[in-house]
Amino acid sequence: MKRLMLGNHAIARGCFDAGVRVATAYPGTPSTEITEYISQYDEIYSEWAPNEKVALEVALGAAIFGKRALCSMKHVGLNVASDPLFTASYTGINAGLVVAVADDPGMHSSQNEQDTRNIAKAAKIPVLEPSDSQECLDFARRGFEISEMFDTPVVLRSTTRVSHSQSIVEIDERKEVDFEYKKDVEKYVMMPAMARKRHEIVEEREKRLREFAETVELNRIEEGTSNMAFITSGISYQYVKEAYPDACILKLGMVYPLPEKLVRGFCGRFEKVYVVEELDPFLEENIKVMGVNNIIGKEIFKRTGEYSPSFIKTSIENCKLEIPYRIDEELPARPPVLCPGCPHRGVFYSLRRIKNAVITGDIGCYTLGALPPFNAMDTCICMGASIGMAHGISKVSDPEMRTIAVIGDSTFIHSGITGLIDAVYNKSNILILILDNITTGMTGHQDHPATGYNIKGEETRQLDIAKLCRSIGCDVVEEIDPYRINENIKRINDLLEIPGVKVVIAKAPCKLHRRYNTTLPGRYVDPDRCKNCKVCLTLGCPAMSYREIPDIDPNLCASCGMCESLCKFGAISMIKE
Amino acid sequence: MKESFDILIVGVGGQGNILFSKILGEAFLNEGYDVKVSEVHGMAQRGGSVVTFVRAGEKVYSPLVDKAQADYIIAFEKLEALRWLEYLKKDGIVIYSDYEIPPMSVISGKSRYPDVDSILKDIGVRHYKIEISSLLMELKNPRVQNTIMLGFFSKLTGIEKQVWERAIENNIRAKLLDINLRAFEMGRDIELKEEELKV
Repeated sequence: MKRLMLGNHAIARGCFDAGVRVATAYPGTPSTEITEYISQYDEIYSEWAPNEKVALEVALGAAIFGKRALCSMKHVGLNVASDPLFTASYTGINAGLVVAVADDPGMHSSQNEQDTRNIAKAAKIPVLEPSDSQECLDFARRGFEISEMFDTPVVLRSTTRVSHSQSIVEIDERKEVDFEYKKDVEKYVMMPAMARKRHEIVEEREKRLREFAETVELNRIEEGTSNMAFITSGISYQYVKEAYPDACILKLGMVYPLPEKLVRGFCGRFEKVYVVEELDPFLEENIKVMGVNNIIGKEIFKRTGEYSPSFIKTSIENCKLEIPYRIDEELPARPPVLCPGCPHRGVFYSLRRIKNAVITGDIGCYTLGALPPFNAMDTCICMGASIGMAHGISKVSDPEMRTIAVIGDSTFIHSGITGLIDAVYNKSNILILILDNITTGMTGHQDHPATGYNIKGEETRQLDIAKLCRSIGCDVVEEIDPYRINENIKRINDLLEIPGVKVVIAKAPCKLHRRYNTTLPGRYVDPDRCKNCKVCLTLGCPAMSYREIPDIDPNLCASCGMCESLCKFGAISMIKE
Repeated sequence: MKESFDILIVGVGGQGNILFSKILGEAFLNEGYDVKVSEVHGMAQRGGSVVTFVRAGEKVYSPLVDKAQADYIIAFEKLEALRWLEYLKKDGIVIYSDYEIPPMSVISGKSRYPDVDSILKDIGVRHYKIEISSLLMELKNPRVQNTIMLGFFSKLTGIEKQVWERAIENNIRAKLLDINLRAFEMGRDIELKEEELKV
């Protein structure tokens, strides 16, 4: 049956068809939906792990024990999972292990634009790169076969436009696959003596993979009628087809290792060949190493951001695209904002009023606290970095400068806990605000160990963040209600006077979460009482606007009541039904 | 039957672009087109400006609609109709809701919400404006603006009404189906009168 399917859904379906038994992940855009879709299959055990390292270790365990396993993550998640990945390359697997990694060219929802192909190459692991949903499905399935054929993990690399595009697929049926586990210390215990032998095997495996790449059906030449020639893969292939439908294309589905004979033969037929790939010149450099020099790549195509058909065309033809309709005036920008009723708004409103403070931030919706009107964040680097960085700053800053780390609940569990242990162990003087909205917000409400529910929505043991912090030895651990703005400003200021490691958990559920959502009637502004002081507008709430006086859109208002609590004139109240 | 459709669906994160594009995509698929839909997830969804691309044709390669390529821009928010205008091809059509969500810089007084109607007229863009508030009031549900606009747009596609209704039924939860089918009907009842062009 033909149906439209999201790339990530197709990866999930391909894994289902391949008889996958275990799927693990930590959510991260643009990879999250792979595991969300898989969680709907009862045949597959799935889980949200606290971070990508653990997720990969779980999947690796299952694979070595003879069941096909998938681990999914976004590009930066692979940094976290690199430790097990590099050595899993040595041990090999038993049943197939596919690591699905989604890159984010253009950084729609990421802090950097790193290229997964480089990491996979460094780990000596083959990389498959689908270019639409049908290939997502087929390559996922094929990935397990290649994984088993060569006893290696396989990276299935997608990008945002592949993961988050729907295109037509035909689905197959599930086939169960089982391998027997045999204890094999030489293979699975990577002590130096064993690892030395395994490294030899890895190098020999790479040679065989190179041979395999020459003939595997994932790499193919599409003959054309024009004299233009391209080497490309992934989404760039689609853009090239769109821009130059008549061109001759070497379409690579397996982008590492590369088929040298195939590439040489192809390039030998043409005067010049364009190599089209987003981000790093990965194909280009690996082709140049072969001694092939009639290729054109990054000297005309950019290394940053996303491509498009018109980008490729205008870069090659050195021309400009004709734009029929343009606007002269500059439009007001619309960057992402905290949602109406978001509990983070209260925290940042309070933080904005804390004097002499450096605020290290972290990864999540609350990174938006760095933007106006709050401007209440100094740094954001990677998952969990806020705590370690705050600790580092506190060790070198003047005594009157106060250091605050802001981190979400899911991010704290992902990589903040070790930072907190370090801060306590090394006698830090910082305040840590854990913004606990009882979900993983930005990626779309995935459960985590402190929500008390697993990926299937079943109740499970609930991690108590406050107790955890106490057991680590923090000097102060307390909970606050993020909506009580004025109280919180005072409390944070008081706590900053106390030496040591202070943890404040600002706990209130995400306003968009169905589990916690209660629909209240919205608030409204009484024009007779409003003195037009505009204090309510400083909340930066997207449900509010200003005409003659502040106005609240009842369709958007989540009735958190913060504007009401700020109004000194009692002009804001709840709509009576 | 039209040969191909290149459509931008634009709005503010949270307005339901993705559901709209799913229904659109499914209807095109059932009509025999090759289809690609490109969505936006994650950070950009948080109240920011969002765009979804829907393409249908005999064979579709790129999931993106390029600049100067869109046959239609469907805007769920008035200002967003302008933001993506460079994507419109010559003689393409903008269909926009008159619903306004002021961006933060407008709320804080740092910038002005533009006069969308007159800008579109001045540039000479073909456009239909859907006056949405009264329709939403009539249905007593603010969440169905997309379905009203879908109803309106569906008449421009040459695809049978039943195909659209089936796509709606397949993508909307049973509880909300009735109100959405009514909203769809209401959209179809809007008169197809193109705004007068004053070029």
